[in-house]
Amino acid sequence: MSNLQSQDYIRISATTVTPPAARSWEDQVAKLIDVTRCIGCKACQAACMEWNNLRDEVGFFEGTYDNPLDLDPHTWTLMRFTEYENPKGDLEWLIRKDGCMHCEDPGCLNACPAPGAIVQYANGIVDFISENCIGCGYCVKGCPFNIPRISQADHKSYKCTLCSDRVAASLEPACVKACPTGAIMFGSKKDMTDWAGERVIDLKSRGFENAGLYDPPGVDGTHVMYVLHHADKPSIYAGLPDQPKISSTVEFWKGLLKPLALGSIAFGVVAGFVHWITAGPNEVQPEDEAEANHLLASKGRPTADPSRSIAEETP
Amino acid sequence: MASLAPTFGRGAMTNTWQDIKNANLVVVMGGNAAEAHPCGFKWVIEAKIENGAKLVVVDPRFTRTASVADYYAPIRPGTDIAFLSGVIRYLLENEKIQREYVRAYTNASLIVKEGYGFEDGLFSGYDHEKGQYEKSTWDYELDEQGFAKVDDTWEHPRSVMALLRKHVARYTPEMVSRICGTPQDKFLHICELIAETSAPDKAMTSLFALGWTQHSVGSQNIRTMAMVQLLLGNIGVAGGGMNALRGHSNIQGLTDVGLLSNQMPGYMTLPKDSEVTFDDYMKTRQFKPLRPNQTSYWQNYKKFFVSFQKSMFGDAATAENNWAYDWLPKLDVPLYDIIKAFEMMNHGQMNGYICQGFNPQQAFPDRGKIRRGLSKLKFLVTMDPLDTETSRFWENFGPQNPADSAAIQTEVFQLPTTCFAEENGSLVNSARWLQWHWKAADAPGQAMSDIWIMSGIFHRMRELYRTEGGVFPDPILNLTWNYTDPTDPDPEELAKDMNGRARADLTDPSGAVVKKGGQLLDGFAQLSDDGTTESGCWIFSGCWTDKGNQMARRDATDPRDQGIAPQWAWAWPANRRILYNRASADVAGNPWNPAKPIIQWDGAKWIGIDVPDYGPTVKPSESVGPFIMNVEGVGRLFARDQMVEGPFPEHYEPLESPAINVLHPKVQSNPAVRVFADDRADFGTPSEFPYVATTYRLTEHFHYWTKHARINAILQPQEFVEIGEALAQEKGIAQGSWVRVRSKRGFIVCKAYVTKRIKPLTVDGKPTHVIGVPLHWGFTGQARKGYGANTLTPSVGDANTQTPEFKAFLVNVESVNGPEA
Repeated sequence: MSNLQSQDYIRISATTVTPPAARSWEDQVAKLIDVTRCIGCKACQAACMEWNNLRDEVGFFEGTYDNPLDLDPHTWTLMRFTEYENPKGDLEWLIRKDGCMHCEDPGCLNACPAPGAIVQYANGIVDFISENCIGCGYCVKGCPFNIPRISQADHKSYKCTLCSDRVAASLEPACVKACPTGAIMFGSKKDMTDWAGERVIDLKSRGFENAGLYDPPGVDGTHVMYVLHHADKPSIYAGLPDQPKISSTVEFWKGLLKPLALGSIAFGVVAGFVHWITAGPNEVQPEDEAEANHLLASKGRPTADPSRSIAEETP
Repeated sequence: MASLAPTFGRGAMTNTWQDIKNANLVVVMGGNAAEAHPCGFKWVIEAKIENGAKLVVVDPRFTRTASVADYYAPIRPGTDIAFLSGVIRYLLENEKIQREYVRAYTNASLIVKEGYGFEDGLFSGYDHEKGQYEKSTWDYELDEQGFAKVDDTWEHPRSVMALLRKHVARYTPEMVSRICGTPQDKFLHICELIAETSAPDKAMTSLFALGWTQHSVGSQNIRTMAMVQLLLGNIGVAGGGMNALRGHSNIQGLTDVGLLSNQMPGYMTLPKDSEVTFDDYMKTRQFKPLRPNQTSYWQNYKKFFVSFQKSMFGDAATAENNWAYDWLPKLDVPLYDIIKAFEMMNHGQMNGYICQGFNPQQAFPDRGKIRRGLSKLKFLVTMDPLDTETSRFWENFGPQNPADSAAIQTEVFQLPTTCFAEENGSLVNSARWLQWHWKAADAPGQAMSDIWIMSGIFHRMRELYRTEGGVFPDPILNLTWNYTDPTDPDPEELAKDMNGRARADLTDPSGAVVKKGGQLLDGFAQLSDDGTTESGCWIFSGCWTDKGNQMARRDATDPRDQGIAPQWAWAWPANRRILYNRASADVAGNPWNPAKPIIQWDGAKWIGIDVPDYGPTVKPSESVGPFIMNVEGVGRLFARDQMVEGPFPEHYEPLESPAINVLHPKVQSNPAVRVFADDRADFGTPSEFPYVATTYRLTEHFHYWTKHARINAILQPQEFVEIGEALAQEKGIAQGSWVRVRSKRGFIVCKAYVTKRIKPLTVDGKPTHVIGVPLHWGFTGQARKGYGANTLTPSVGDANTQTPEFKAFLVNVESVNGPEA
C-alpha cells in the first residue's frame, strides 16, 4: 500500500532476521487524536474513503451515529459515539475516531505467518503488504485493538495505513488534512507527545482531573495516540482497551510455536512435493466441475464480490 | 435579518468567523455550530485553546457542539426569549452591564413617548380585528428641534432603561425555569458566565442560526440576545458581536441583492401600493437624524435609489419620469413570501412557478400542502444542478411521496443548471465577504448556467412584449442589457454592474474630474442622485474598481494576528470587517480592550487594523454615535416601530405548544403572527399531540443535496428521529426500532434513536418530552428513502420575515412494525 521501500522496513512478519536499518535516520511519527476537541463530524472518515478509494454500501440506521456500524475492509476509520453519564450525573458525549493504532510492538505483525505481509517502517507505521497476505486472519487475533478486517472479496486483511503513501511524500494523512477543528494532528512522536502535554494542562484547568495521553505501554506505545478527558478510564470511549497487550497466545506463537509451525508448514510442502513426484498431480474430474457450476448457479450470480449486492437487492 | 437591522442598523453578522477566536466566552444558543458549521467551528476551538475561552451551549438537545462545551443547559424549544429576558433582568439587577458603553452607545437614555405601554401580553396600539399593531406610540418623545429627549440618569420613568427594567422584571429565575424547563441553578450559572463579559476588556460572542430564526418569534429571539450584547458592551469589539451563521454559502448574498419579495438590492425597500408617487416613497425614507450630529447614513437613500434605477433602465430613467419609479412593482401586502405563495397556489391564485435553486417540496412546511399546491399549477420550472423532490413531486414514490400522477396536470420543465464549481462568480459568506471563485470543471450533460437560462427567458419575453404588446411593457422593454454576449452575460460584467460606474465625468468640490464617464466607481461614497452614477447594489460598490476585482484578492496577511486580513477578498460595506467598530473604543477614542484594539483615535484620525465604520476624521468630541445607519446613532434596546410585534421582545408560545403562556394566558402566541385559515385548522392540540418536536440538520449532510453523494449517504444513510430514554420506555420503543411520528398534518415512519441526549424538561410543573427530527432524507438521491421532516411541520412563519416555525411544534409517537421488506 505504500511508496516506502523495503529499505525502510524495520520489522517484517514471519521473518526472524531483523532487516538492516538502511534508512534508520527517519523520525518516529505519530498521529495525535485529541478527543476533547473532536466534534464527530466524520470529515476524517470521508477523507479516508476519498484518498483510499473506499466505498462501503449505503447501510441502515441502527440506533447509533456510528456509520457504517463497524470497521470493515471498506472502512478503515470510524467515529464511535458513546453517551456517558459521569459520576456527577452530567452527560458527556464521547466521540472517538477508531482505527489502527500503529503499535510500536504490533500484535498483528507478531501473529502473522505470511512472510512480508505485515511490515513496520522505520518511522513506526505498521503496514499491510497485500500481495503477501494469505488472509489467514491471525492478525485479527493478534491485534489488541480489534482493528484488521478480512475482505470476503479478495480474502486479504485491511486496515488504516496511516496514509503511508502520503507520509512517504511528506504529506500528512488524509484524515489529518480534513479535520476542521485540528483534533487530529500529525508529526514526530516527540512533538505530538509534547503538544498532548499542553492539552492535558488546559483540560485539567477546565476540571478534567484525569485528563491524559493514551500511549499504552503494553504494546511499547503507539504511533496513533489519544488525548482523553478521562485517561483513567479509556474503556468508556467505546471500549478502548484500558491496558492493551499482545495476547499470550500470540506471544507463545511468536516465541516458540512459530518456528515449530513454520517447520510443519515446510514439512507439508516437502511432503506434497514428494506426493506429487510419486503419485502425480490431482486432476479435476468432470463431476467436480458440475458440482462447482451447480454451487455457483444456486447463488444466482457469478462469483462476484458478495458485499456489493446488498443495495441492489433492496432498492 | 429583521432583528439585527432594527437594533444596529444592518442585517448582517457583525464580526467575522476568524474573529471568534478573540472571544472570552462563546455562547451557542439558537444554533449548533459544530454540527452545521464544522469548518467555521475551528475558530471556537481556537478561542478555547489560544484564548482560554469558555463555551456555553443552550439547546433542547445535547448536541455535537455541547460535546465540546464547558457548560450545557437544556431549554424547551420556543422559549429563548424568556431565557434571555431573564438574563437581561439578571444583568440589570446585579449591575453587570457596561454602563459607560450603554449610556453612550445605546438608546437607554432616550425618552419614550407618552402613550406607550405594555399590559397583559400586548403593547399599546393593538387592533384585535386586524391582528396587527398601530405603532405610533412606539417612539421617542421629541423636543422642539425634532430630537429625541434624553435622561442620562435613567431615572425618568419613560427612559428606555426604566421601561426595559420594568419589562423584564417578570422574568425571574423561577419564571424562566417554569417556562423554559431549564433548571434554575443552570440558568443562574450561565447568567454569571455571561455577566463576566460586562468588563470592558472581556467579550462574548453569540453564534446562532436557524435555531433562532425558525420560530414564530424568530426575529425577536435574535433581538433579545442583541440587547444582551449591547448591555454588555459586546458589539463592535473584537471577539464580540451577533454572529448569524449562514446555512448556504450565499444566503447573505441573497438578502444583500434583495431577493426577498419586499426588498430591493442593498436593503432598500420596495414601494407599497399606497406610495403612488416617488415623493410619497421618499417621504418615509428621509432618515432625518433623531439626535444632534448623527450620521444617519440612510440619508443618502435617494443616491442609492437613483443609481439603482440608472443601472436598471439607463437613459430611460430620467429626472422627468422620477427615475422610472412607476416601473417598480408595488406591494399590496407586506410580503409575498413562500408560505403565501403556496397558499395562493392552493387557492388557484398562482398558476406558474419558476423555482430556481430551491426545493420547497422538501424545504417548506406542511409537505402535503406543498404537493397539493404544485399539483394545481399550470406550469412549474425547476432550475437546479440536482434532481430535486420538487421537480419529481408528481411521481409516485410510494408512501414517501404518494402522488396520484394521473390526476396532476402541471407541466414540469426540469432545467439542469451548473453548480458553483462549474462557473465563475462570487459568493457572500456570513461575514459579508464577497469572495470570487473560478470555474473548476465543465458542467455535465445539458446543464447551463442560471444566467444563460434567465437571459433566454428575458429575451423571449421581451420579444413577445415587442411583437404582441401587453398590459405594462415598459419595464421589460426598457431594461438595460449591455453585455458582450446578450444571451449569456459574463459574471464579471454583472459584478461590475453591481459595483457601478460613472455615467458622466464626476468632479470633486474643486471642480477636478475624479472619475471619467464610464469608469468604475471606487465606492458608494461617489454615488449621486442626479443620474450621473449607476450601481446595481450600492453596498457592493467597491468590489470591482479600476484597480480590478477586489473579490479575487487572496492576501492573508493579518497585521495583528487578530483575524483581520484586509487584503483577503472584499467585505461590504467599504471593506469593513467588523461592523460598528467605532464602539470598540470608548467615548474618547481609546480601545476598551487595549490587548485587542480594532480602531482608535490618534488625535487627527481613526487608525487601526480595520476600515473605520465611521467618518475617518470625525473627532470623538463631536459625539457622533457608532451606529451610523441608525437615525439616533446608537444601538436600539427599544426598537421603535421596526418590529411588528413590539419594541421589546416578549415571550409568546409557539403556535403549537404543550404549555399555557403563564405570563399572559389570554395572549398565548405572537399576536402579530399571520396565519391562513386552513393552516390554522391544521394546528394540533397537546391533548392529541403531547410532545414537542424540533427539526434540525446533521453534520454528515448539507440540507437535501448531499444525499445525492455516495460518501455522505454512507455516513448517515437513513431517516430517524431522536427520542429520550424516558419517553421511549413509556411508549415501548426499542433502540433502532421503527416508529410512526404524527402531527396534525401528516406522519413519517422511520427508525428511532433512543438517546440520553434528550431529557424530559419540567415545564410549569409538568414533564415535557422533546422529539428530534433530522430533516435530510427524501425520495431522490443515494441515501435511503425518507418521508421528510416537513411532512410534520406547521405552515406558519415568523411575524416579521415569515421564516417557517420548524423548531417548535407538536407531535405524537408510537412504535410500529417496519415496512415490509
